[in-house]
Amino acid sequence: MPEPQPYDPAIAGTGAGGAMDLAISEGSSLDGGPGGLPKDPSEKARSLWSDALRDLRRNPVFIISGLIILFLLIISLWPSLITSGNPLKADLSKAQQGSSPGHPFGYDPQGRDVYTRVVYGTRTSVTVGVCATLGVAIVGSFLGALAGFFGGWWDSILSRISDIFFGIPVVLGGLVFLSVVTGSTVWPVIGFMILLGWPQIARIARGSVITVKQNDFVQAARALGASNSRMMLRHVAPNAVAPVIVVATIALGTYISLEATLSYLGVGLKEPAVSWGIDISAASNYMRNAPHMVLYPAGALALTVLAFIMLGDAVRDALDPKLR
Amino acid sequence: MHADHTGRTEAAAEGEVARELLTKSRAETAFAGQEPILEVRDLVKHYPLTQGILIKKQVGAVKAVDGISFDLRAGETLGIVGESGCGKSTVARMLVNLERPTAGQIKYKGEDITTMSGRALKAVRRNIQMVFQDPYTSLNPRMTVGDIIGEPYEIHPEVAPKGDRRKKVQDLLDVVGLNPEYINRYPHQFSGGQRQRIGIARGLALQPEIIVADEPVSALDVSVQAQVVNLLDRLQSEFNLSYVFIAHDLSIVRHISDRVGVMYLGRMAEIGTDIQIYDHATHPYTQALLSAVPVPDPEARTKRDRIILAGDVPSPANPPSGCRFRTRCWKAQERCALEVPELAVPAVFRLESGPAHHDSACHFAEERVVVPPSD
Repeated sequence: MPEPQPYDPAIAGTGAGGAMDLAISEGSSLDGGPGGLPKDPSEKARSLWSDALRDLRRNPVFIISGLIILFLLIISLWPSLITSGNPLKADLSKAQQGSSPGHPFGYDPQGRDVYTRVVYGTRTSVTVGVCATLGVAIVGSFLGALAGFFGGWWDSILSRISDIFFGIPVVLGGLVFLSVVTGSTVWPVIGFMILLGWPQIARIARGSVITVKQNDFVQAARALGASNSRMMLRHVAPNAVAPVIVVATIALGTYISLEATLSYLGVGLKEPAVSWGIDISAASNYMRNAPHMVLYPAGALALTVLAFIMLGDAVRDALDPKLR
Repeated sequence: MHADHTGRTEAAAEGEVARELLTKSRAETAFAGQEPILEVRDLVKHYPLTQGILIKKQVGAVKAVDGISFDLRAGETLGIVGESGCGKSTVARMLVNLERPTAGQIKYKGEDITTMSGRALKAVRRNIQMVFQDPYTSLNPRMTVGDIIGEPYEIHPEVAPKGDRRKKVQDLLDVVGLNPEYINRYPHQFSGGQRQRIGIARGLALQPEIIVADEPVSALDVSVQAQVVNLLDRLQSEFNLSYVFIAHDLSIVRHISDRVGVMYLGRMAEIGTDIQIYDHATHPYTQALLSAVPVPDPEARTKRDRIILAGDVPSPANPPSGCRFRTRCWKAQERCALEVPELAVPAVFRLESGPAHHDSACHFAEERVVVPPSD
């Protein structure tokens, strides 16, 4: 190329306002050019995740809900830390008694210590919540991401199947499913939640993947000759995962309350398992005479669900760049 | 745009004009007769319009690109201009095989790339790279600059052995005028112009022969546009690149291009060297486009001939018969609706040897002085 000549908007005649008389050559950079960034060695490279974490640490909602959840996790792993009783030990002579020294929450209809049962019930609720959420997130985001990424037939079939699952009422579905698949462990309940819960995450993941897929950086990777798995794992997934995390965190609380609902209805966990739902169900007949037997497990349930939903809210605020 | 320009002395202005005229003739001599590196023949891209939910029935097609042909020679810059929606970007995406054409051929060194797949396609992709329009969406926000520019080497490990890659990435940053120390930063820490440089570095990583630049500067400030265009210009001579430069800014295209093609509604209206297109346009659409370019000289502005087109661009799903431009053309006659004008040297200029002798798809091609030479 003979004599490459610096491009000057003034010669070429673009309508460029006052900038036209500035003889701009490549070196004189208005946008900073080389060395234009503040050379601050203490400034660390920031990614979206570290930005989000910094936001979260300053958010009181996150701190409060995080502390509650941490506490719940610890006592679900080691309930004996805060109680020495046995949740199954029954003394019928003390049935329905109110609080007494050493037994702050009183006794239930079978004469068992309500405080000990509330503490041990945490394990059930947290297990169900965490496992169901993980299962739903893995199954839902995998199927949804495939549908969004490849589109076409796969997408149509998957979307219709998820529509069918959306049409099943949760409580009715639970009554039917769990009266067929029975057991006193938490696993049938978790299995049912995954079965009915995945379409929600799959829809979110599908939409999110479709949005990210249209970005030029995915096209750029394709133009470089990147394989589908590379585009999916390196470019699409890291940018599409935020909404899935947000929805999954909020859903965790609802799974915990769903377990309690199903147990209350008699199809979830069954005695001798310890669960807030079972206790609320058993005590609800005595609501007028001895409300403490309902209020303590119900209060624990409400607090747990609230903590997870607050956490989900805080995470959403931190991960949504539009709120920045 | 007003008082600033009058301050410039007459002599300086004259010098600039002379300098510009000198560079313009380069295209006619430099690349004529050379073997084309890229041959595009009758390229067509139709997007089907479907109806029905389960059983999809095709009810029509958006004719985004409808029969485009051109050649690109080694070391040359071909500018493609046209208004929004005329199919420029679709052409670019087909050139880098992001879209498969409905019909037609794109031959890279004699081989048709539109039917390639697998390893052969990957090998061709090494040689044809793209620079994207929007520097804010073309870089993955979750990857560092080093990872972004180094990714081509991960996909094509034969280009650079593992140990060399970091060094190569730093060299590339240096080549595009960025500090090599920025290798661990994330895209959001850079300005638009700097991001576009990163995008260019990524395009250069595999040492391609052809770079397709799809409006590489239209998302940038005018001052930054100049830097990026000059960078592209310098890289071309440094690495002997061929560019397909797509833009809607006529002035920038004129600066960087050796040859220019003007697109309208999926077809090429006129193609020729920059002097042929800008100073001796024979297609009415090109003339109308040129008359809309802002003229910085207030005196010349009053003298120029402003062509104002009536109506809107017709829908590409239902383009007019015959000549695509006839619905907005002041010269349209019955023949324009019946006969599709061929992209060839018009009969009136066929015997001439002047700059009006170039391909123009118009039945009634003629020269018209739109912007009077500033003398």
